[in-house]
Amino acid sequence: MTRRTRVAVASIALAGFAALLVWAFAGLPDFGSYRGPYGFVLDRIATPDRHIDNVVNATTYDIRGFDTMGEEFILFGAVLGVVLLLREEKDEDVGDAVHSDLVRAGGPLSLAVAFLVGLWIVAFGFVTPGGGFQGGVALASAVVMLFVAAGYRAWSAVGEETVLDPVEGLGAGGFVVVGLAGLASGLSFLGNFWRPGVAGTLTSGGSAPLVNWAAGIEVCAATLVLFTEFLGAYGVSLRKAQS
Amino acid sequence: MSFLPYAVAAWICVVGLYGIVASRNLVHLAVCLTVTQSSTYVLLLAIGYVRGGGPPIFKGVELGTTAVDPVVQALTLTDVVVSVTVVALIIALALDAHEESGTADPDQLAELSG
Repeated sequence: MTRRTRVAVASIALAGFAALLVWAFAGLPDFGSYRGPYGFVLDRIATPDRHIDNVVNATTYDIRGFDTMGEEFILFGAVLGVVLLLREEKDEDVGDAVHSDLVRAGGPLSLAVAFLVGLWIVAFGFVTPGGGFQGGVALASAVVMLFVAAGYRAWSAVGEETVLDPVEGLGAGGFVVVGLAGLASGLSFLGNFWRPGVAGTLTSGGSAPLVNWAAGIEVCAATLVLFTEFLGAYGVSLRKAQS
Repeated sequence: MSFLPYAVAAWICVVGLYGIVASRNLVHLAVCLTVTQSSTYVLLLAIGYVRGGGPPIFKGVELGTTAVDPVVQALTLTDVVVSVTVVALIIALALDAHEESGTADPDQLAELSG
């Protein structure tokens, strides 16, 4: 089938699909008239019951924690796939010596600021907007600043499998360990076994902040592994282009 | 205007699918896939919206204040991060295919494999 006929056939199919979608969505409640009940129930009980005032995080890391663990392992599996596909010999210089004084001087500063913001989003974001997933990505971006400010050689001290793989394992494994600790204390898997604390403080939420940190570490390490692998693949392709 | 967010979700979904079908490059195809996937975020958040509702975060807000559905937000926020890594996997596969056959055009790849 040529590209032209494929696009023509698909256009007809997509028009039909679009009509079905519109028909289906037209049967939904009007925008803004959410009927619940789960959202309303959670909004009402999550804070008194779990002592977590960010109900999104109470859902993600406590009430629906098992599902989040599944998502974590999709992430883990996808990163593993990338590593299997791309990991080759990697002592490549990607030809990225930092020439600008401004970048050299400003880089470490922005690294420090970004790292602090990342930690803040993981820790304090748990009780205000934020959390492990968002903070993990922010933390990873801070570490990538090392590459921007100091070049590949400085970066490769951190961006290396012997450093990143254990950290990623710690994140994914920590999630499971907290889950098993719930079982060991006589609750369900990922049951909240720790004392709940005062809602709105950093130690609130019982064992859910541990799950939050495990997710943050996992996401941060996974993002860095991806960056390392693609940078390595880029280095290999550069060398092939030169030879 | 109460239908508009749903219409946007449907539009994003169909446009992304069209991009996948008409794509001439595997990386472009991966991006189109994320566009289609993003339509689910728009749909989820639109379904969970409560008119006049605030964010489902009760720090300094009285409990019982009208707030939107936290479940769909939790679903969306985990998926945003997970989808990035899945796209990375697809792009790694595209790199591999390019290395094997010297092209990233899905049509030519199909011709090569017979």
